[in-house]
Amino acid sequence: MAVRRPYVRPMAGWWRRNPFYIFYMLREATSVFVALYALQLLYGLYTLAVGEAAFDAWLVSLRHPLFLVFHGVALAAALLHAFTWFNVAPKAMPVLYLGSHRVADRTLVWAQYLIFAVISVAILGVVLGG
Amino acid sequence: MATHDEIEIEVLRYHPETDSEPSYRTYRVPFAHETSVLQGLQYIKDRLDGSLTFRWSCRMAICGSCGMMINGVPNLTCSAFLREYHPGKLRIEPLAHLPIERDLAVDQTDFLEKLASIQPYIIPAESKAVDEGPFTQTPAQRERFYQYSECINCLLCYAACPQYGLDSGFLGPAALALLHRYNSDSRDVGKADRMPIVNAQEGVWACTLVGYCSEVCPKGVDPASAVNRNKVISTLDYFFRFMAPRGASE
Repeated sequence: MAVRRPYVRPMAGWWRRNPFYIFYMLREATSVFVALYALQLLYGLYTLAVGEAAFDAWLVSLRHPLFLVFHGVALAAALLHAFTWFNVAPKAMPVLYLGSHRVADRTLVWAQYLIFAVISVAILGVVLGG
Repeated sequence: MATHDEIEIEVLRYHPETDSEPSYRTYRVPFAHETSVLQGLQYIKDRLDGSLTFRWSCRMAICGSCGMMINGVPNLTCSAFLREYHPGKLRIEPLAHLPIERDLAVDQTDFLEKLASIQPYIIPAESKAVDEGPFTQTPAQRERFYQYSECINCLLCYAACPQYGLDSGFLGPAALALLHRYNSDSRDVGKADRMPIVNAQEGVWACTLVGYCSEVCPKGVDPASAVNRNKVISTLDYFFRFMAPRGASE
């Protein structure tokens, strides 16, 4: 009679085992920088409500080298966040059909970039025009 | 024209009666251009160590038996070739995240129970006798689920899913892909029965979209899409249960 003793392998350090997992963790970590940036922006809004002096002081503090570095990192994180999200979006949305043809995942990914570009130009138009 | 180079294959061995934990053993295996990794293992079993245990059957990537980790990547050993790894070496382990039964054979019980739980068969509105003919559907209706019906239950996606490795309560990629396959079938009316499984914490919501399952799937099933489309379906299901009186939908 054979003895059954299934061996369960440990999961410690699982995310370092495969480059795919490392990139996944990087993707998830981008949310931290996006959140920090949002908090910082909210604080700016708060200083605007307090008064002109507070707002100006906040603007000056943004010129600090540490803040410049943070903004660089946060921008990179936000871009990676958007890039990875655009890539997985076709997996999360219902399958689209044009007539009887299924719209390819690649088409949906590019459509998002197109929409992103159009909205960005529109906002830029409003900001510069106003 | 077979040039016989040699390659080193490191195999994770585990004997439940004599070993307290698995350990690696190394073998030197001659190979030709067309020698698959599975054939390399068969060479070891036939010529070097007859006690090596592993599953295999069809040798043509359709039975789903020979999945293993090759250098840390889940793969079907019958459709990977030793030449691809030469002059490096191979490290072969049983599929990750599943308990090792012995050597390269894993315990599949958990998956098989999960598979049964999703009722992986067509539940028709009204049953009919065989002589009344088949349930028919149009090519367009078939297109809605066909990709998900390609699953061969090889478990590479479970070996790719860290969420399943961290908590085996998660229903997992293949079972959810097959659940979606039957829910999307025009001949099936079992969706209401299956939705509680989808909606559960162990259903789609345990998935964090790592996405590696779809990457390693040898059949292009894309289980990540099935799981994540069902997050939308699950949300709508939740919402509509508030909107419609019980029993009014469907």
